[in-house]
Amino acid sequence: MKITQEIKDKTITISLNGELDASSSVLLDEELSKPEIMLFNKVLVDCEHLNYISSAGLGVFISHLQRFEDAQIKLIFFNMQEKVKNVFEILGLDLLMTIVSTYDEAMTVSNE
Amino acid sequence: MNNSIRIRSNKNNLKVVRDFVTNYLSPYTLAEKELNQIILAVDEITANLIIHANKEDESKFVKLAIFQTGDTFLFELSDNGHSFNQKNYKEPDIKKIISEGGKGGMGVALVKRIMDKVEFTTQGTSNICRLYKKVHQPA
Repeated sequence: MKITQEIKDKTITISLNGELDASSSVLLDEELSKPEIMLFNKVLVDCEHLNYISSAGLGVFISHLQRFEDAQIKLIFFNMQEKVKNVFEILGLDLLMTIVSTYDEAMTVSNE
Repeated sequence: MNNSIRIRSNKNNLKVVRDFVTNYLSPYTLAEKELNQIILAVDEITANLIIHANKEDESKFVKLAIFQTGDTFLFELSDNGHSFNQKNYKEPDIKKIISEGGKGGMGVALVKRIMDKVEFTTQGTSNICRLYKKVHQPA
């Protein structure tokens, strides 16, 4: 798993490259736990090169969701592969999280 | 084709198991989504056995064997660690997990929703999990 970041104004885009399983999800958890992440209004997750996710990876996002919501930080996924989105859907997480098609769409999602 | 693999209880070996299942199923031309679901289910159980049963003790192993009858596959996973009691299993309340900032408890739920039948048994010091899945091959 390779994680890269890009910052633009109050938005941070985290790009995930590889497979998010019980082993690699620790890295993502460290990234999302950094205090400076709370300075942003939006955390966008670019899933174009995320080829796999297991419950451990989902668990990392879920564990930060409430904290982000409390701080009015919007977590938005985009460019997600169908097979990865399907894993969110099996648990109904697609209804509880914001998943959009493109970066442009992610940028237009309001924080309300 | 070799139908079984044995790995040491290290989370880095989850990838080895996923690749093994991918290779084993490659002749069957499954749809990408279905193939991914099967790989995920096997990965979830393997992770549970590595982490909860074998406590990531690398001297302990997890074994996977795959059998096929017609269009149904059986994935049989076993360990030699502490048995973990599946009677304690509860369907996760995901909204509650979110509000509490929790992480876990969704793996077995995924497996149960993906597979047609899931069996957990204990034999001596070995946990055995059998996952059954009928696949849909394109005509």
